[in-house]
Amino acid sequence: MRQELNLRGNHALLTRANPLSKFAAVFLITAVLALSIDWVSASVALAFEFLLFPLAGLTLTLLWQRGWPLIIAAAVGGWSTSILAPDSGKTLIDVGIWTMSEGSLELGAGFMLRGLAIALPAVLLMSCTDPTDLADALAQKARLPHRFVLGTLAAMRLVGLMAEEWQTIGMARRARGVGSRGNALQRLKATLGQSFGLLVQAIRRASRLAVTMEARGFGGGKRTWARESTYSALDLWVLAAGVLMAAGAFVAAIWAGTWNMVWLGS
Amino acid sequence: MTAPSLHGSAVAARPAAVTARGWGWRHAGRSKPAVRALDLDIQPGERVLLLGPSGAGKSTLLHALAGVLGDAHDDDAEAGDSDESGSLLIDGASPREQRGRAGLMQQDPETQVVLSRVGDDVAFGAENLAVPRDDIWARVHEALDDVGLSHLPLDHPTSALSGGQKQRLALAGILAMRPGLILLDEPTANLDPAGVVEVRDAVGRCLEKTGATLVVVEHRVAVWKDLVDRIVVLQPGSSTDSGVLLDGPPDQVLSEARSMLVAAGVWVPGYVPPTRLRAAGSARGTGDLLLAAEELAVSRERARRKGFRKVAPVPVQQGISAQVRAGQALAITGPNGAGKSTFALTLAGLLEPVDGKVSATLALSRGAGIDPYQWKAEQLIERVGTVFQEPEHQFVTGKVLDELLFGPRHLGHGEERVDELLERLRLTGLVDANPYTLSGGEKRRLSVATVLAAHPQVLVLDEPTFGQDANTWAELASFLSELLDEGTAVVSVTHDAEFTAALGGTELRLAAAAAVAQ
Repeated sequence: MRQELNLRGNHALLTRANPLSKFAAVFLITAVLALSIDWVSASVALAFEFLLFPLAGLTLTLLWQRGWPLIIAAAVGGWSTSILAPDSGKTLIDVGIWTMSEGSLELGAGFMLRGLAIALPAVLLMSCTDPTDLADALAQKARLPHRFVLGTLAAMRLVGLMAEEWQTIGMARRARGVGSRGNALQRLKATLGQSFGLLVQAIRRASRLAVTMEARGFGGGKRTWARESTYSALDLWVLAAGVLMAAGAFVAAIWAGTWNMVWLGS
Repeated sequence: MTAPSLHGSAVAARPAAVTARGWGWRHAGRSKPAVRALDLDIQPGERVLLLGPSGAGKSTLLHALAGVLGDAHDDDAEAGDSDESGSLLIDGASPREQRGRAGLMQQDPETQVVLSRVGDDVAFGAENLAVPRDDIWARVHEALDDVGLSHLPLDHPTSALSGGQKQRLALAGILAMRPGLILLDEPTANLDPAGVVEVRDAVGRCLEKTGATLVVVEHRVAVWKDLVDRIVVLQPGSSTDSGVLLDGPPDQVLSEARSMLVAAGVWVPGYVPPTRLRAAGSARGTGDLLLAAEELAVSRERARRKGFRKVAPVPVQQGISAQVRAGQALAITGPNGAGKSTFALTLAGLLEPVDGKVSATLALSRGAGIDPYQWKAEQLIERVGTVFQEPEHQFVTGKVLDELLFGPRHLGHGEERVDELLERLRLTGLVDANPYTLSGGEKRRLSVATVLAAHPQVLVLDEPTFGQDANTWAELASFLSELLDEGTAVVSVTHDAEFTAALGGTELRLAAAAAVAQ
């Protein structure tokens, strides 16, 4: 979990773009996809996204390793939509209460592709953006308060530590005779107790970290930045690509007549 | 660059002077002050070791000097808030008004690191002091060089550093602020012996170069004795006495106050507290075999899911074989990262072996099955008890007495042993206290007592003497020696050669990890 937040070894082109421009591009694409459940806009966006993989240093293997829960969730969502959605057109499968028709299959495929197309940009963004660079951009370019941004960044480091601590506390409690096995109620009680232990440790760690940061002069007024967050020509390209992908998906769906606004019903 | 900047790398900071006049501090919500009536003068460039029993207010003083005590903007102080009396000044001004004049390093290496890349972490303090960008990087390179970490690339992940390296990184972060006063609060208490020397030497080099004033708090006097030129012994303040008990050159203070320091649990150089000796006739290799490890490969990580495949973790150590016998001590030693704790936890049935096996003999398993990892929690605790390095990880109730009764109540027997344990581990007066509020030594004794309340045949301890004062150390070693004579097997993971010697038995030395995570 801690290694995956680290970008060392990824020297792909998009790692050099400013995180804010990447964010803007991702926002444009997901906003357009969120408007319509149809397979054309989703497929067009997906195709574009796959083309971007090498630029973000992402491979299909890496995607599967990091994003398999999302992929499975999208597939399950698509499957259940296709069997549960109201039928229209020719019936393809009829097993008692489950029926799948051309109309519901189309809706299901659209749902699955849309899920993937919305999730992928986020995976792409995370795989080519360092959290520290993101914090620099948010504080220097987006002018968010630096206390808040840097505090969050430092706390994120503790999240990885807490994952290890959770495991240790689990073992320490088993050594006290608190079983994490047993019936649902016993397991719930054990988990609650373990969560309390983790909470205590998290607060201790956090307050020590806060002392460390304050002792290094954090929290005062003016500060300088060792790393300057900058925009370059690359960021124009990133924004242009975002606009192009969003517009491409929209126009293709209108042209194919499949554009299907979510709130207008199906 | 036109003129040499004030922040430029060639300018060293002026060493700071400290003056305390009748200074006292009471923490919010406490009735007694942590420090009372302290009078102290530290000259610029002096190096002071602060000693004293726990509760003498050593850490409070350091926090105050670092300007991190209480609310820095307490214009609207309330009655229940913290309370300050007298004056404590750095160069004649309040520490809070001079950010960056003093730099503080604390005990827990994990919380001394702020950011995830080495270079950024060192730069953090200088950024907060609004040092111009070009100067920051000059300072970062210089500071990393001074602490001996210049071989690391600036984008090296801080999570990949050892404890000693993390503390040296923290020192670099402090140096980059160019402080006149360096404050170290038990900086080496969580480190193995190699890490202790690493950090101590780095501090020595940096003081040599900057001439900064040093105040260090530490139990183990031998580590710092040759580096400091003055020892100040604090005592818990009373209304009549001053907060300073003794003050002078190291050799003078150590000879004058030797017996008093020993009584207070300070680790005085050349003195190992006497402990109970093992009874005669406890020769090696005797005693029933209870637990055996064969060709064991261990890791803290579980098998990981990558898509549809399950990938076994890379073991931190492999090919370990060992035997645990009744009434025998087994000490697991070796450098940091060799997988000592991981091995002990696997042996104790808390981690699943990556390869090889742990098997319990019939004398131990008594019908529960051969593999301790498969035992239920109730079966485990009356067979193998494990005391973790951090006592707080094992607290499960809100009262010392409940904590001790927890195991026996779950098992349905053995409550009568609790009184004896309270007595033997000097916890009788604390039965109603909340475990989290105890002192370090009390927490350690309680964590040992709670595990023993279930009467396990094998006791596994992970670094039981880390950060303990000499009194708790001696008590623990004596108590374990009694347990051994009673027939309990004691397995301890430790860096502490004196502790290993006090318990006797077999030593299993693990070599530095062969396997490297990809």
